[in-house]
Amino acid sequence: MTVEGTAARKPRRSVKRTSASATKGRAGAQAPATEPQLVQLLTPEGERVTHPEYAIDLGPEELRGLYRDMVLTRRFDAEATALQRQGELGLWASLLGQEAAQIGSGRALRDDDYVFPTYREHGVAWCRGVDPANLLGMFRGVNHGGWDPNSNNFHLYTIVIGSQTLHATGYAMGVAKDGADSAVIAYFGDGASSQGDVAEAFTFSAVYNAPVVFFCQNNQWAISEPTERQTRVPLYQRAQGYGFPGVRVDGNDVLACLAVTRWALERARRGEGPTLVEAFTYRMGAHTTSDDPTRYRLDDERAAWEAKDPILRLRALLEKEGHADAAFFEELEAESETLGKRVREAVRTMPDPDDMAMFDHTYADGHALVDEERAQFAAYQASFADSEGN
Amino acid sequence: MAVTKMPLAKALNESLRTALETDPKVLIMGEDVGKLGGVFRITDGLQKDFGEDRVIDTPLAESGIVGTAIGLALRGYRPVVEIQFDGFVFPAYDQIVTQLAKMHARALGTVKMPVVVRIPYGGGIGAVEHHSESPESLFAHVAGLKVVSPSNSSDGYWMLQQAIQSDDPVIFFEPKRRYWDKGEVDTEAIPGELHKARVARGGTDLTLAAYGPMVKVCLEAAAAAEEEGRSIEVVDLRSVSPIDFDTLQASVERTRRLVVVHEAPVFFGSGAEIAARITERCFYHLEAPVLRVGGYHAPYPPARLEEEYLPGLDRVLDAVDRALAY
Repeated sequence: MTVEGTAARKPRRSVKRTSASATKGRAGAQAPATEPQLVQLLTPEGERVTHPEYAIDLGPEELRGLYRDMVLTRRFDAEATALQRQGELGLWASLLGQEAAQIGSGRALRDDDYVFPTYREHGVAWCRGVDPANLLGMFRGVNHGGWDPNSNNFHLYTIVIGSQTLHATGYAMGVAKDGADSAVIAYFGDGASSQGDVAEAFTFSAVYNAPVVFFCQNNQWAISEPTERQTRVPLYQRAQGYGFPGVRVDGNDVLACLAVTRWALERARRGEGPTLVEAFTYRMGAHTTSDDPTRYRLDDERAAWEAKDPILRLRALLEKEGHADAAFFEELEAESETLGKRVREAVRTMPDPDDMAMFDHTYADGHALVDEERAQFAAYQASFADSEGN
Repeated sequence: MAVTKMPLAKALNESLRTALETDPKVLIMGEDVGKLGGVFRITDGLQKDFGEDRVIDTPLAESGIVGTAIGLALRGYRPVVEIQFDGFVFPAYDQIVTQLAKMHARALGTVKMPVVVRIPYGGGIGAVEHHSESPESLFAHVAGLKVVSPSNSSDGYWMLQQAIQSDDPVIFFEPKRRYWDKGEVDTEAIPGELHKARVARGGTDLTLAAYGPMVKVCLEAAAAAEEEGRSIEVVDLRSVSPIDFDTLQASVERTRRLVVVHEAPVFFGSGAEIAARITERCFYHLEAPVLRVGGYHAPYPPARLEEEYLPGLDRVLDAVDRALAY
């Protein structure tokens, strides 16, 4: 069996700073002593470790591939943050620190699987082959997403947190009705775990035995609210109450994320129903570029998580095992720069939508009022052209 | 000939049956829609004939029902969702307004949302709280949704067919106190357009505009007025979003007076929008301001008071008198 219902029943109260000198300097979000054991296959130091239930056997090329994915995703993310600072984007939601959770789970997927992301799954989008520039349209304000979800089986970003877990569940119900053996994965966070829609998605998926994986990136912070404000039990344990397994995985360990997600997807394919995966990770950056985390969290908490960096630990493994030479890292650096340049150019040349576009796609079959207002607006716009002409 | 006299409830049931028969992607979802056939029996016998895979009893969670219907629509299905009562739709309001209504636009047209949300609405059945409300304006206000309400059996049959065939989400308000009213249904007829209004009764002195449960009241008012020598036209709007203003305008240009009637509260109700637009369109034709008859700005009252709250024959005729007095 999985690690559902371990002995760690202690409520995860945040460690009170006044309580004991023994916990001095340790912020609540860390608190490993009270945490249930994470599924881990690669330590922060880059050591391979085994787990009795989740094994993974990857060759050097696959390991390099995961490393490349994470590095390029981080580069893309950094570029987007910079573009926001330069005024090219109105907002950016950085995934910094969550690369392993996203690349590990994203690379576990088959092409015919379907992804329902939040608004931060840039790494999963990368795995699905979505052009990174496509993700930036909504943050620049030229559209609300706008990509065709079916071209990469990657649904549109959902901003209202948790809503997409129900869409994923419904989609998975459809997959089961079609008799397909593909699976669906829904991403959400520790904050969204409090939403009723997530609870309802757990209920629906369980009673219909839907082939869906709920992938919760617990990055410890929902803007300013710590996970302790969302739950009194480790999030993965919630699955037990709904009748399906929950697993907590080291979200900064790309190998463990890959192995556990693959296992959960296989369960779904075999008709064994939903799984909750809680990827225990950390939001290294701000919630978005509009946020100021210095108002609510301590620098040393972040520093502690820096030591668990998902990219550094895989690099340590690659180097130690001799799976990657200097040339590989140099080429990847060059590729990162190229990607950054490409994204920069794509954003800066992204055209504003036509004025009339605000009326487009309100309805598929048309609507008399939209037609009327579109015509009125066009006439209004045209009236300026006339007066200028005269 | 396939003309049969049947209650609205049966017409809706037949319509769902036809949809299930003709399109394998059509699904019925809701609370108690399976073995029980729905609390109003609108889905009676459908699960028995089409199976639990297509007529789906859901957990009691409205947001979950609509949210999973959205996912099924993304997968290529055409879910027809039943919300058990008007006042129960609000847990699903977020999914309807935030997701269902906007998904097509968010995707720049690359996905469609052919979801029908059926809601039995309105009062007059002596029910407890939350079972008698008329929240249609709350949906008509939202771009991306279409809102319709049949008033009779034939429209019940055909408008539901058309709503299911629509690639847009349709909020389908069923006048629950008219479920048992019988009317002729021709299942081989060529139906009118879903969002087109219908002149239910011709007249020359004043137009009464209504939809759903109030059409019957307006027709009765028109008959009563006739005895007093007044010729009242009744327009059954049928659709609240979009509203067929062309048909209504043509009527008002002839009668020069308009009274809009709905069960929903008058304040910010559909009558307000209709009054504003008809005033803009027919300013020089109007002999009187557009008047509205509807519910009050109070919570829907306990059943013992609902007869006073609901616009009945006398309140409609009172408005007719006031409009004609100008």
